[in-house]
Amino acid sequence: MIAQSGVSFVDQWLDSYWLVLIVKTLVVIGFFLVAPLGIGYMEHKVLAHMQARLGPMYAGRFHGWAQLLADGVKFIQKEDVIPAAADRWVFSLAPGVVLVPYIALFVVIPFSDEIFILNLDVGIFFVLAVTSVSVIGTLMAGWASANKFSLIGALRAAAQLIAYELPLVLAAAAVVMQAATLSMVGIVEAQQQYWFVVTQPIGFGIFVVAALAELTRPPFDMPVADSEIIFGALTEYTGLKFAFFLLAEYGGIVALSAVASVLYLGGYQPAPFLDAIPEPLWMAAKIGGLSFVIIWLRATYPRMREDQLQRISWLTLIPLALFQVLAVGFLKVAF
Amino acid sequence: METYYESYGVVLAVLVTGIGLVAVAFGAARLVAPRRPIPTKLLTYECGIDPVGQGWSQSQVRYYIYGFLFVIFDVEAVFLFPWAGIFEGLGYQAVVEMGIFIGILAVGLLYAWRKGVLRWA
Repeated sequence: MIAQSGVSFVDQWLDSYWLVLIVKTLVVIGFFLVAPLGIGYMEHKVLAHMQARLGPMYAGRFHGWAQLLADGVKFIQKEDVIPAAADRWVFSLAPGVVLVPYIALFVVIPFSDEIFILNLDVGIFFVLAVTSVSVIGTLMAGWASANKFSLIGALRAAAQLIAYELPLVLAAAAVVMQAATLSMVGIVEAQQQYWFVVTQPIGFGIFVVAALAELTRPPFDMPVADSEIIFGALTEYTGLKFAFFLLAEYGGIVALSAVASVLYLGGYQPAPFLDAIPEPLWMAAKIGGLSFVIIWLRATYPRMREDQLQRISWLTLIPLALFQVLAVGFLKVAF
Repeated sequence: METYYESYGVVLAVLVTGIGLVAVAFGAARLVAPRRPIPTKLLTYECGIDPVGQGWSQSQVRYYIYGFLFVIFDVEAVFLFPWAGIFEGLGYQAVVEMGIFIGILAVGLLYAWRKGVLRWA
């Protein structure tokens, strides 16, 4: 049966509630400040190689290693322009509303059966609830900008979330059925014999596609389609506020790659015959691998049209996901 | 061992720290970044010409029906998760019952599709 180890490494090591709380909070914040930057760096380099771009390859001489630092310095020095017509407060709050949910999400991501922050018994439910908060920030940004392009972009973002939240949730539900637990650690422990991508390859596909759409990453980047609506909800943003939207996007890539790894790729479980490599490295490798695929897709596929995007979700992904829920149900009871 | 609510303390702490982080970063940027507002710079962007009309104009919300469907299926998901955790112990009966529930909703989706409301018009 599933080994439910409820005690994290930090809890074994420290016994004061407040001390544990502070250490855990710092770890989460620290992870959030490092991991998305790593993904941002990866995006620079991977896209530069795939599209033969020279831009990101200059700063700091060797392979453009200082490009990310240069970007950071540039963003913080830029003038913060808030249009006169905009709703100042909502406009300024929006980047925070987009960013903070992704920070909270990392609380439940396990890196081994002892290295996790919190093993919530409703883990995956928490993840799904928290990820959908960000779109409110995008809507706030679009509406508060008082710009027509921003408004169109924000409405597209909301439409996209509405369409792709369901396949995501239903695919996750099928995993919960097989694992018989909602806890993230529990789901990983249930994959000791084989990863769920083996039994639910369709679910994995649905989850990754829906996650891409939820992140508004290409080929699902209609809400920021630069050839028709400038930059969607982010059109009026400059400087650090704009950078925070980008940080949220990269944070989202890390977060949803981590969730997909936990649900389908066995989380921190090592691949067969390779269990000499420590568990946290496996988790990091799976997150990195999935993030690479997400970036790769950006260089490969053209943007989809809004109506195609809705059709795919409502007429393909959702019926498939519903069918899978029932199929997993019958098979699980039968065997 | 901490109580149930105490275990959520770390979620709360991370949320508060995250909000603090955003506030501090924006505060720092305010100190570092230049501020030289001029009327034309603060004008709403509209491809280089002066903006026509208001930004808060009426726009057609095209996914009104999708919104309804979403609420229906999202409520279904809320029912699905508790069931998914324990259905194995309840046997075929539980699966068939959930099948009927999903089936009714799927027929609804089929109806919406045949009626042509799932068209981005």
